[in-house]
Amino acid sequence: MKAAVVVFPGSNCDSDCWHVLNDAMKTKVQYVWHKELNLPDIDLVVLPGGFSYGDYLRTGAVARFSPIMNSVREHAKAGKPVIGICNGFQILLETGLLPGAMLRNRTLRFVCKFIHLRTENSKTVFTNRLSSGEVLRIPIAHGEGNYFCDEKTLEELEAEKRIVFRYSSEAGKLGDEFNPNGALSHIAGIMNKEGNVLGMMPHPERSSEAILSSDDGRKIWESILNSFK
Amino acid sequence: MNTTMQEPGMTKELIASHGLTDEEYRRICDILGRDPNFTELGIFSVMWSEHCSYKNSKPVLKLFPREGKNLLVKAGEENAGVVDIGDGLAICFKIESHNHPSAVEPFQGAATGVGGIIRDIFTMGARPILSMNSLRFGNLDRQQNQNYLRGVVAGIAHYGNCIGIPTVGGEIYFDEFYEGNPLVNAFCLGLMRHEDLVKGKAKGIGNPVYYVGSTTGRDGLGGAAFASRELTEESREDRPAVQVGDPFMEKLLLEACLELAKSGAVVGMQDMGAAGLTCSTCETAARGDSGIEIDLAHVPKR
Repeated sequence: MKAAVVVFPGSNCDSDCWHVLNDAMKTKVQYVWHKELNLPDIDLVVLPGGFSYGDYLRTGAVARFSPIMNSVREHAKAGKPVIGICNGFQILLETGLLPGAMLRNRTLRFVCKFIHLRTENSKTVFTNRLSSGEVLRIPIAHGEGNYFCDEKTLEELEAEKRIVFRYSSEAGKLGDEFNPNGALSHIAGIMNKEGNVLGMMPHPERSSEAILSSDDGRKIWESILNSFK
Repeated sequence: MNTTMQEPGMTKELIASHGLTDEEYRRICDILGRDPNFTELGIFSVMWSEHCSYKNSKPVLKLFPREGKNLLVKAGEENAGVVDIGDGLAICFKIESHNHPSAVEPFQGAATGVGGIIRDIFTMGARPILSMNSLRFGNLDRQQNQNYLRGVVAGIAHYGNCIGIPTVGGEIYFDEFYEGNPLVNAFCLGLMRHEDLVKGKAKGIGNPVYYVGSTTGRDGLGGAAFASRELTEESREDRPAVQVGDPFMEKLLLEACLELAKSGAVVGMQDMGAAGLTCSTCETAARGDSGIEIDLAHVPKR
């Protein structure tokens, strides 16, 4: 499998993603500058976290107009995997590749800490190495991760098993006290109808090596690699 | 635009308002062999301020250890010190205070303190990998100290988050002693290969000087002189002396500078601190034993 990490002005988790794919997962990976018109010959697109365009206007609102995004849209339309992490998730929402929007965190503060995630759907390109209900310990770091969508969309997401991750307790229990940002229905990650585009607020690239106190995120990368076997 | 500035006559008041003592003024006249003009007075005022010259704290700073076999760049030689850590790698680090700006505008004061120290590190050719801080506030039973704490911590966090450099630790104390005069020290550490070291030297006659980064606004003007004065009730009103940070621009600047340094096209690089163009041009020219001509009309303005 070959991967591309898109670099926007203000991306700051790009080298983390590159490092994990290259050094921890031993995958072929390259950076793609956002001004490029075409993606190289790759299988996976990673939209990394950060503050693309300084979060001006709204998070991800300017990045969606970057030249490379047309090619990312085509890549997604062709059914090939795209993973957006944190700011990458926000960009996918603004691009319309995923439904809904991000609001400011319930506390109106930036939150940076380890949280627990419950795997809601383990039959996806991104979670096939996880079991249903498996709890992961992965860090979050965002000011706008309060996911919101209308009722009809939420029903669809539920019915089609497109809610991939929810914030939970260590034991996998749901509750407001385990929801770090007020996200609707405790949503931490969703995918598109076709199941090839995932957006998630937590950072698997910051938790893929034991030295970083959790390597739970590694299973997400392993799942993607596995789907190419 | 052709505007001629009226040259004001040198008066005791004018000299005092530039924070220079009579003795210092006599020394300026000795060096120049004449009275300075208004611009020169401004330059000396900034360069000889405590902020830039450490004229008052030098005797104390001299007590720190300054020699060592692993030092690639010693304390005071450049924008930051560099220590060899083996395997062809080196770390570059520095700590700097941003006390006065933080007392006047805690959020922006602390944020730009972080921004300034990060620039000091990447202009040496190192990639900043972590930040730390050392903070002192008065007792938290007073509302003002709570405001200082909240603003300073938020400013440090905001800047670090945006630019993507983690704040990995710090230390904090509360004591009456710091009442009304909080201390905000920001530290940054970067990693580099030995060969990536860039010095703040302006060399090579005829070489162009590029001024890059955030545009110049009315904020932050005279920041060095402001920071060197006694903190008073009036100085609390001097908010324009505190710069407004732009972490997004600095992130772009960081990546651009590191890329540029790798290209080999750069002779020297220097961070622009509280004393702005005055200090960066004087220091780089002095280190390179050359001079720099600048046309201030071309400075990109906000």
